[in-house]
Amino acid sequence: MNSDGPSSTSGVGGSADLATPRRNSKRPKYSKFTQQELPACKPILTPGWVISSFLLVGIVFIPIGLASLLASRNVVELVDRYETACIPDGFKKDKVKFIQSDSNKTCNRNLRVKKDMKPPIYVYYQLDNFYQNHRRYVKSRSDQQLKSKNKENETDDCKPEATINGKAILPCGLIAWSLFNDTYSFSRSSQKLQVNKKDISWKSDRDHKFGKDVFPKNFQNRTVKGGATLNASIPLNKQEDLIVWMRTAALPTFRKLYGKIEVELKKGDVIQVTLENNYNTYSFNGKKKLVLSTTKWIGGKNDFIGIAYLTVGGLCFLLALSFGIIYFVKPRRLGDPTYLSWNRNPGGGSNN
Amino acid sequence: MSSGEHLLSLSSDSPSPRSPHLDFSNLSSSLEYSSVVFEDNPQANLLVKARELSGDAHLDLSGEHSASPSKSQDLHSTRFRSWDFPMALPPPERKKGLVSWGSDSNLQHSCEYSPMSTSSPPRGSSRTNSVVDQVEIPRVFRKSMQFDDGPSREGNYRSIHINDPAMTNDKYRFRGNEIRTSKYTLINFLPKNLFIQFHRVAYLYFLGIAALNQLPPLAVFGRTASLFPLLFVLLVTAIKDGYEDWRRHRSDLYENNRKGLVLQSGKFLNKKWKDIRAGEVVKVCVDDSIPCDMVLLQTSDPSGIAYIQTMNLDGESNLKTRYARNETISMDFEEGEISGVIRCEQPNRNIYEFMANMELDGQRCSLSQSNIILRGCQLKNTEYAIGVAVYAGQETKAMMNSAASPSKRSRLETYMNRETIWLSIFLIIMCGVVAVGMALWLRRHESQLDRLPYYKKSYSVTGMRPAKLYKYYGIPMETLFSFLSCVIVFQIMIPISLYITMELVRLGQSFFMVNDKHMYYKPTDTWFQCRSLNINEDLGQIRYVFSDKTGTLTENKMEFKRASVYGKNYGTFLAASSTSQDKDIAGPSTASSSGKKRWKLKSDITVDSELMDMLHKDIEQDDRIAAHKFFLALAACNTVIPVHASSTCIESVNDDVIAIDYQGESPDEIALVTAASAYGYTLFERTSGHIVIDVNGEKLRLDVLGMHEFDSVRKRMSVVIKLPNGEVKVLVKGADTSVFNILNEDLGKDDYLKQITESHLNAYSAEGLRTLVVAAKDLAGGELDTWQRMYEAASTSLTDRSSKLRQTASFCECSLNLLGATGIEDKLQEGVPETIESLREAGVKVWVLTGDKQDTAISIGLSCKLLTSNMQRIVVNGNSENECLKLLSDAMVKYDVKSTNGRIENLQLSENAETDNHEIPDETKLNDLPYSKVRNDEGSQSTTKAPLALIIDGNSLVYILEKDLESELFDLATACRVVLCCRVAPLQKAGIVDLIKCRTEDLTLAIGDGANDVSMIQMADVGVGICGQEGRQAVMASDFAMGQFRFLKRLLLVHGHWNYQRLAYLVLYNFYRNAVFVLMLFWFMLFTAFSTTNAITDWSSVFYSLIYTSVPTIIVGILDKDLSHKTLFQVPKLYAAGHRNESYNLQLFWITMIDTLWQSLVLFFVPYFTFKVSTIDLYSIGSLWTIAVVILVNLHLAMDIKRWVLLTHCSIWGSILVTYICLVILDSIPVFPNFGTIYHLATWPAYWLCILLIIVLALLPRFIFKAVGQTFRPSDIQIAREAEILRKRRGYVWSKPTEGSADVRN
Repeated sequence: MNSDGPSSTSGVGGSADLATPRRNSKRPKYSKFTQQELPACKPILTPGWVISSFLLVGIVFIPIGLASLLASRNVVELVDRYETACIPDGFKKDKVKFIQSDSNKTCNRNLRVKKDMKPPIYVYYQLDNFYQNHRRYVKSRSDQQLKSKNKENETDDCKPEATINGKAILPCGLIAWSLFNDTYSFSRSSQKLQVNKKDISWKSDRDHKFGKDVFPKNFQNRTVKGGATLNASIPLNKQEDLIVWMRTAALPTFRKLYGKIEVELKKGDVIQVTLENNYNTYSFNGKKKLVLSTTKWIGGKNDFIGIAYLTVGGLCFLLALSFGIIYFVKPRRLGDPTYLSWNRNPGGGSNN
Repeated sequence: MSSGEHLLSLSSDSPSPRSPHLDFSNLSSSLEYSSVVFEDNPQANLLVKARELSGDAHLDLSGEHSASPSKSQDLHSTRFRSWDFPMALPPPERKKGLVSWGSDSNLQHSCEYSPMSTSSPPRGSSRTNSVVDQVEIPRVFRKSMQFDDGPSREGNYRSIHINDPAMTNDKYRFRGNEIRTSKYTLINFLPKNLFIQFHRVAYLYFLGIAALNQLPPLAVFGRTASLFPLLFVLLVTAIKDGYEDWRRHRSDLYENNRKGLVLQSGKFLNKKWKDIRAGEVVKVCVDDSIPCDMVLLQTSDPSGIAYIQTMNLDGESNLKTRYARNETISMDFEEGEISGVIRCEQPNRNIYEFMANMELDGQRCSLSQSNIILRGCQLKNTEYAIGVAVYAGQETKAMMNSAASPSKRSRLETYMNRETIWLSIFLIIMCGVVAVGMALWLRRHESQLDRLPYYKKSYSVTGMRPAKLYKYYGIPMETLFSFLSCVIVFQIMIPISLYITMELVRLGQSFFMVNDKHMYYKPTDTWFQCRSLNINEDLGQIRYVFSDKTGTLTENKMEFKRASVYGKNYGTFLAASSTSQDKDIAGPSTASSSGKKRWKLKSDITVDSELMDMLHKDIEQDDRIAAHKFFLALAACNTVIPVHASSTCIESVNDDVIAIDYQGESPDEIALVTAASAYGYTLFERTSGHIVIDVNGEKLRLDVLGMHEFDSVRKRMSVVIKLPNGEVKVLVKGADTSVFNILNEDLGKDDYLKQITESHLNAYSAEGLRTLVVAAKDLAGGELDTWQRMYEAASTSLTDRSSKLRQTASFCECSLNLLGATGIEDKLQEGVPETIESLREAGVKVWVLTGDKQDTAISIGLSCKLLTSNMQRIVVNGNSENECLKLLSDAMVKYDVKSTNGRIENLQLSENAETDNHEIPDETKLNDLPYSKVRNDEGSQSTTKAPLALIIDGNSLVYILEKDLESELFDLATACRVVLCCRVAPLQKAGIVDLIKCRTEDLTLAIGDGANDVSMIQMADVGVGICGQEGRQAVMASDFAMGQFRFLKRLLLVHGHWNYQRLAYLVLYNFYRNAVFVLMLFWFMLFTAFSTTNAITDWSSVFYSLIYTSVPTIIVGILDKDLSHKTLFQVPKLYAAGHRNESYNLQLFWITMIDTLWQSLVLFFVPYFTFKVSTIDLYSIGSLWTIAVVILVNLHLAMDIKRWVLLTHCSIWGSILVTYICLVILDSIPVFPNFGTIYHLATWPAYWLCILLIIVLALLPRFIFKAVGQTFRPSDIQIAREAEILRKRRGYVWSKPTEGSADVRN
């Protein structure tokens, strides 16, 4: 369909003058490039290379593995699952009804510190089975609206939480609508532990993504509330809980930063948590957990990286060893023509 | 004869759907006329047929075959078959134009002799219907035309009133001379271009995906992002098309506005070309281009000769003669009123034919191809020419011929499409899984849907019952939508971009092929040409090479070597020393030998002094007279034009010496004329009416009464001349068989002469010389009158001219007196034996197909080492079906050839064919070993396994190809090491190629240089043309063209190998690259409640295959090189890797896919487990995946690169860098939800550790696999590579593996 194009160009019209000089001028120019003889590095997999690359991987990986594992083991983590425990006995059968009722939802929990925890101690809430990465959910936001004041009506992507009575909701969309609204306060031996809720979100988000002159409007004005309400007098870039929540999680089980405790917790301390169990995860059997955790350079408590590195490193040592043995037991001279297919099986060669 | 045409159309008609690709064919040549159309009058064939084969054989066959419907699966071959074989032998009564090519033993088209001179009437004018606007028309097989030529032809002509354009155009409304090669105008560019572009499946796929994405429930990607790839490709193609069209516009404009001299109110005045109309009288001056097709009326030459150069039309550089009719040459255009009517056929695209007659003052005279000059040609050596325009503008033959050559599709691409189907199945499965998952999830949560904070199916407006739903269409619809949006997300699983990548890579590869200095032939200044960009990689898998002999293996520079004159053999001593190849025993050269000589010939020739002496004896002996006639015939009986150098260039030197350059269409003829000149019979002048021959200084003027040009049915040409003394002679020269049949059989003396000449001929052909027989007779009395009448009638006839002329010829070509025979040497090209040897070692079978005699063919075969003395020769030379069958089966029994029954195998799938494939190289492998070794093995084995050579002639092929003996021939031929077919007609060449092509999976390559090879070149998978002496038709029809046969070795062994390795890897890698990405997304979807969330940002998804990973693929595809050309050249056996499909096969595909699966699992699950319960957000993990997959994919490629040059480094590391830069840029735009991600990630050590772990873990199995494979099962290429590199490093000399190995083994 296309090949007829260039082929039948000018020559057809019949001027030999065009064709003749071309004939003589197109003599190839020689260069190392056109002859494909540029200097080049041609690596081959010699036994030495194979073994040393395995060894290299082993040497690099095992220390990393050890270090990560150590770091991860040194992280102290307190986890408390409370979504069932915080339901009064009378409501155990119908949790949803409880959560939707107006009754008092305060709940007290005690946490025992197993190991010394150095500040900062991060307070997370962890939700299970909450698909923040669902496509309907992820798309349901308006970044323009969050950023600049005069774009508050850009709510097209926010349905079904875009408008109320014809007026734009700000912040709109399912994500904001479902803002987490459990609250925690901590005390150690009746002495209140301050939770620092500043700087829990990304600085870049506060500075550039959420406008400092954008204020919540018409938010959570329905009878059925999805989650937390926002103070309409505080600009969005100060609403850090919202900013944290709006960074939608990658996986259905996720933690989000609630705050930081900046005092050291000693081993054996008992921490009383007073929490407001407001958030409805009962309608989809979601779990709720409160997590107190220190961090190391590796992040939170997760042995996976350490173990994986150790395993791979060990495996590579093993491979290096076995290849060494193989090369020793059954060496093949590199470039030995005996192994060429037409030399190996002169008669049959049926296994080619 | 029925050569090219049917096949041409056949091969092009073959179902070869265009692959989506950008077209770069203008690279190769700006002049692409489609292949030449030869045709013939089938009736004539039938007549001959009927005469020769009266008897039993035909009736049954015709019935059986012509009924054969073309319903077989193998469309291509069936078509071919149903055309070639079905109407093979119709009963003589069926006089409709039926095709019969292979059927006629007499139809061998020895085109080496005179390829262009096939002149015969076209098959009716119906073939010309509205060809103009359809670019593809030459490719369409106009089946019906083969049959309906009879009835409509008389009425369907056009009348041209000379110098009366008004009247001419009034009734018929012919086209003006304006041409338009451009496709678009400013207004229709956009719609038309888009329309044409969307003919490509790939674009439709893009469009479909983009359209799906615009539907609100499916909008997976941002709308702009999803349109981007499509728009990008469309834009690039549109710009390219637009540019090309603009260039065409410009050249059209230039062409249309050129000025030409046109007779206007009695004067020749300038007029723009576009305003010239049919019927106008046009004057063309020397060196001018001819503005339209016109009938010559007058030239500056008093005898009405014009010389034209047709290079633009058919690429031939020699001058051709055209004649004005005697009736018009004396006209005075600027004075008197001229009137006349030319009736000519409707415009058609056959540049070798023209049929018309002219009525002048009530007198009719005929016009033929020699009276017309075509647009695109140039007038040379003639001061001016005046003609009347008959076809103008788009109706000119040049314009009708402007079409591209057919596009072939490579084997690799065919395989690739097979695997693409697998990939589509994967795609469907994955989408199915997601859709079903979605359905189940929805069903399980159906009651909760409205309460799920992350789903919320309805608007939470109070009071509305039922609640208004938001983007929720019920479970079945949601499932469907989920499926479709999955298709959108996973679209790159089908690697559409691969087609574009392949185009680019092939373009780069052809750049290197074209620029290879080792394939540049200096003497003729021919560089390598890639005319087809689709089949580069096929060059690496060729199993059969079909080679023409003349001009391909040999130089086609004819040299007159031997002569047998009146029973006496001359030139023997030369022959004896011919092995030393030089002319050291050279006789005195022409210019000096006889003092009276005044002409200098451009080429020197050695003369036999004995013959020379005899010619100069002034005695009246029989042999003296015969010798005289002999050389007279050589000088006169041809179509060579003497060009006097003095008229073309400087009139310098001295007046005594006039350089004569002979221009002719057939090198043999030139050689003969040159030889005659050396012996004192110099052809001095040739016009349509007379010939002037300088006989030892004495000018002899011969009137030419008639000429029967060479045609391949008669295989001879004759000229009727009138000597100054009034004698009329018929001089005939032709192939031995054809002339011996029509000799005068009465005289006893002649019988002896005939025998002795025959023995001479046999001796000549044994030496590999090309032979011709010369005969003559006197024509007088009533015979002469009858002939003249017949000739007159035949040559003015408008219909059936060629058959009438043939009858006339056969009337006068009878009972001739034998004069002698000639032997012309055609030297082998340089490096032919070595090339054939290497090809054979590489496992490529070389078959030679030639029109020469059997003995000539064998001797050439011996001299180019195709045949060796220790081969068992099987000669199949049968004259009937039974004989052939017997010969074949005898040979099969004798040499223990297993019957594989090719017909069944034909239908079976690759498995069987593959096992069959392996048998062949094994045999060659064995045979290739040094003989000592074979004998050492087992005494009994060596006898049965002695290499076989099959020699078969065209006669037998007729029976075999027609009569179901194909499978026997196939079995026998494939068991043989060498196959030599002699006396084959062009279509038989194609038939043989087809025999192999449709019975095996093997790839075929045909190489040739002449028009007679066109059919074969187009039939074979790869066609290679040699730019040689015989014009450029083969080149025009070919996929690759080069200067010499020996370049074939480099083309196949080096470039073919590289191309194959590169592209095969490229394809696998592209599959992998896209699949790993898609699979990674797929795993993630299982963790998003089966919603098609894409963690990777829209732009990154689009850029992945467009920017992040595309450049290294292309660079590696063009530049990577597993072995140096020296090694490949030295060890041809490495070529067998391509035969074994080593670099691309189903097994490799599956291994790659398993590797892909592993890598995608690592890609997904390492981050998953690392950040399983953490604060990581969607875009961070997406960013991690993006960078990880890009690094992984590039390192995967890096691991397989065999040759790192600077460019490779740049592209690989550059791609990773570019990806990072892109990510940083994308993450710096605040409106994107992914804003700021990469800045945060970079501060996490876990992020970097994760990437490192992913890469090492993902590549580990591959690395182990590679290391183990290379240790235990090294491929040949691997070993050669090691040897090559180590040798370089340590100065370690790697002996040729064959020798070394034999030693080690024994």
